[in-house]
Amino acid sequence: MATTAPPAPRAGAPAATPPTGRGTALRRLPSRGLLALGTVVVWVLLWAVFQGRDTLFLSPSALTPLHRSLNDLSDAVGGSRNSNPLFLYGFNAVRLAIDGVVGALQDLIARPSGGRPVPGIGWLGVVALGTYVACALGNLRVGLLTAAGLVFLGLQGLWLESMNTLALTLAAVALSLLIGIPLGLWTGLSDRVHRVVLPVLDFMQMMPTFVYLSPMTLFFLIGPASATIATVIYALPPVVRLTAHGVREVPQSVVEATTSLGSTGGQRLRKVLLPMAKRTIVLGINQTIMAALAMVTIAALIDAPGLGKTVIRALQTLDVGVAFNAGLAIVVLAIVLDRTSTAASVRAETVRRRRGNRADRLRRPALVAGAVATVVAVYVSRTYLWAATFPAEADLGGSIARAADASTTWVQDRFSGLTGGLKDVVTLRLLNPFEQLLVDSPWWVVVTALVVLAALVGGRSAAVTAGIGLALLIGTGLWFDAMTTLASTVLATLVVLLLAVVLGVWMARSSRADAVLRPVLDAGQTLPAFCYLVPFLALFSASRFTAIVAAVVFAAPAATKIVADGIRAVPTAAVEAATAMGATRWQTIFGVQLPMARRSLTLAANQGVIYVLSMVVVGGLVGAGALGYDVVAGFSQRELYGKGLAAGVAIVLLGTVLYRVTQAAADRTGQQVRQG
Amino acid sequence: MPVLPARPDLRRRPRPVPAVSVAPSVHAEARAHPTAEPVISVKHLWKVFGPRADAVPKDPALSALSRRELMDRHGCTAAVRDVSFDVAPGEVFVVMGLSGSGKSTLVRCLTRLVEPTSGAVLFGGEDILGADDKRLRELRRHTFSMVFQHFGLLPHRRVLDNVAYGLEVAGTGKAARLARAQEVVDLVGLSGYESSYPDQLSGGMQQRVGLARALAGDPAVLFFDEPFSALDPLIRRDMQNEVVRLHHEVGKTMVFITHDLNEALRLGDRILIMRDGLPVQCGTGDELVGAPVDDYVRDFVREVPRAGVLTLRWIMRQPTAGDPLDGPELGPDVVIREAIRAVLAADRPVKVVADGTLLGIVGHEEILAVVADVEGAG
Repeated sequence: MATTAPPAPRAGAPAATPPTGRGTALRRLPSRGLLALGTVVVWVLLWAVFQGRDTLFLSPSALTPLHRSLNDLSDAVGGSRNSNPLFLYGFNAVRLAIDGVVGALQDLIARPSGGRPVPGIGWLGVVALGTYVACALGNLRVGLLTAAGLVFLGLQGLWLESMNTLALTLAAVALSLLIGIPLGLWTGLSDRVHRVVLPVLDFMQMMPTFVYLSPMTLFFLIGPASATIATVIYALPPVVRLTAHGVREVPQSVVEATTSLGSTGGQRLRKVLLPMAKRTIVLGINQTIMAALAMVTIAALIDAPGLGKTVIRALQTLDVGVAFNAGLAIVVLAIVLDRTSTAASVRAETVRRRRGNRADRLRRPALVAGAVATVVAVYVSRTYLWAATFPAEADLGGSIARAADASTTWVQDRFSGLTGGLKDVVTLRLLNPFEQLLVDSPWWVVVTALVVLAALVGGRSAAVTAGIGLALLIGTGLWFDAMTTLASTVLATLVVLLLAVVLGVWMARSSRADAVLRPVLDAGQTLPAFCYLVPFLALFSASRFTAIVAAVVFAAPAATKIVADGIRAVPTAAVEAATAMGATRWQTIFGVQLPMARRSLTLAANQGVIYVLSMVVVGGLVGAGALGYDVVAGFSQRELYGKGLAAGVAIVLLGTVLYRVTQAAADRTGQQVRQG
Repeated sequence: MPVLPARPDLRRRPRPVPAVSVAPSVHAEARAHPTAEPVISVKHLWKVFGPRADAVPKDPALSALSRRELMDRHGCTAAVRDVSFDVAPGEVFVVMGLSGSGKSTLVRCLTRLVEPTSGAVLFGGEDILGADDKRLRELRRHTFSMVFQHFGLLPHRRVLDNVAYGLEVAGTGKAARLARAQEVVDLVGLSGYESSYPDQLSGGMQQRVGLARALAGDPAVLFFDEPFSALDPLIRRDMQNEVVRLHHEVGKTMVFITHDLNEALRLGDRILIMRDGLPVQCGTGDELVGAPVDDYVRDFVREVPRAGVLTLRWIMRQPTAGDPLDGPELGPDVVIREAIRAVLAADRPVKVVADGTLLGIVGHEEILAVVADVEGAG
């Protein structure tokens, strides 16, 4: 590691830095690096001596008393579901209300209803409605895109599944907005609420998504209601955050001026704050919609109907073709929803400017005509069978599935040496030794080593957090599984960081690279996590390696953006000074840009860990085992429910420890940069 | 719109003999407008930010502390400290000070955009500190309005709708408020820009919109909070002329906040100089320039071209035995700059005469001393 090198003057480092500050920084860094290295060496030695002792191993089907009592709790809750007043008038009422809403939407577009063999509105009606809404909120272009996307879903043979996903998403979005916009406004208006709500939102976003699925089913049973509520939890933060941000962004001078003219609170909200925050709020709605769609597909794990279920079933039978087809449908749905809501937010900004121009004057009659056409289409789709059920003759989905299968086979045949080789090298050379070290060392060695490392990286409070977190982890009875997961998580995070630095530096230094990569990264962040799995599953089959790759792909975009922005924020003057002194490109990167962007590197590690951890459960679906498997098994087998719950808690604990430690490290480097 | 009858230029109004007093506000005011009931009367106004702010004005020991001491010992910032003044109808009253002197907080206290800690602010005898929310809104809608440094326009509304905003929130019907807004837009010289959006206008024009918005409700009093500080010098001058013109046309009472002494002298009938939240001196422009109460004010007015501010009253001397007393006559309130030609053209001292009484004489030396800007010429 570079940090252990003697403090020789580095070429290309700017001589302008004051010598004293530089000296202390260099003296402190190697000493901490050396200590860390020493810790690892001692750890390895202890591992060699005590290998296999005190590993707290628990076989997949074994349970601890904690797991059993959680099972009992679950049974007790289940038993009292129809007697306990809290359930009768609280949870059950909520569940019935949400089920009612979702059910009504499903009746409308996604399942046979009203004694008819078809949904209330057939595909033609839905396509017409969707197109009309997209035109009205956005523009003609997204309208056409919507029409094409929806028809494509039908051609894929996934009409009803897509509509189920859409119905569930719409219900969750409606609920999120119903709660989120007023809450966001309140958060924007009141400093006190702001202080309370923000940490809660942070926590909601930090929680790995799968973890709260399980407790949700305890209170709301499996099915649409639990799925909707879990989705709302996941999708609520963006709209609250951005609404509050939009309100807070309104300049004080405008608020003051309108107050001085005698506005009431309501007038200020209606005429000043809402119109001026509108664009930001719509942006929040866009993010909420995307989050909801991602979560709805994941909620298939607790029996939410729709495309997610198709993907999971295909994943479980390793049917790559079907999984790809359904994954593609999710992508299409995501693109349609994203483009429409983005166009709506652009429209919110620009529409007032175009008042009176010709296209705008044509708009109103066009919208009226569109409304008439839509009503006709809906009527037709309720009346004629051909417009109600999507014609099955056009079996595009089958072709897609076959093509995906064929190309997978082709790739596997051609490159199995390469992919298999890569997989084996990483697994045997990197993952296995590292996992051995974590898993096969006695727990007390691991805890001590990790606490010491946390102290070295993040300081005393980070060490305390690590100590408490690891102790609680032992308490969950899943120490062994947690260490297995930790090994994969750390490895994945390191790969994410490496990728982020390489791509981030490239993006920051070349605007062309940025122009190409940024949309790809954006797409990577908007796509539901499941979609990644399919191609990697095809390439690498079910294994820990596949799970790591999926996690890396999920986490890399966010981390890369952070690094790129951090490097771009390095003052031009510093880079120019280095260039003027004759530094080569690599000297500039390693001597100036990366050290000065150190804080964003630690931030990228911090966010990367969170993203990687939120994929642990998905990894459990594709052969990563350990905690992810425990959670997934908890969904499906009643006697493993308690264990799954404990595994969820263990993931949260791991996340909290890693988050806090990297956060402390980020704060620390931030201070160092300021001191230096 | 109800334009008040044109009044004689306030700036030419006969001045009292300069009062050299540390706290002349109330007295000077009473003398300046002996008959007029003040529109605004500010009495012992305090604004203290921070914990236990209420205690500061009540406790003589605390209120005597300097701003710095108060911060160190009590943890409070006293932005406005025991300020009192009256503003007469139709007067342009300027509050001047450097940043941090508390002038912007003061004007916000007058409209309760900032809640004062103690004291009284009387509008036509009514203490607005006692007004409830509803009454306060009434006052803001109909009695006074404000022009802001950063304009505070609504970017999503056209100029006309921005101007009509105050009438809209007051419940005026659409046709009536747009008609009224159009009138005011014409008045401030924005005709033709009604349908523009604020960000399509230059800074000066945006502030005209702010001005029109403040005028739309036909308030009795206009407050200006450094309205032209964000503008370029040339545009600033334009806007100052605009305010002078509007003052002639509509004759509103105005309270004008500025950090620019020249602006204060151009616009103000009387000027209150503030420092660290305390009033330092209150008086007409020539009083400040001619008789600064302390070094702070003296420093402030040092760069002012005295000939353009002081009147003959400030430089005349009593005639001595040898002075010929058959020179031309001028009034005591003629600004020196305008008397230079006459004094220098005459071969004997000019007599300063008011109501037939000889007050003093002004000769070449006196004039030249001011023109050469000799220190202490007053």
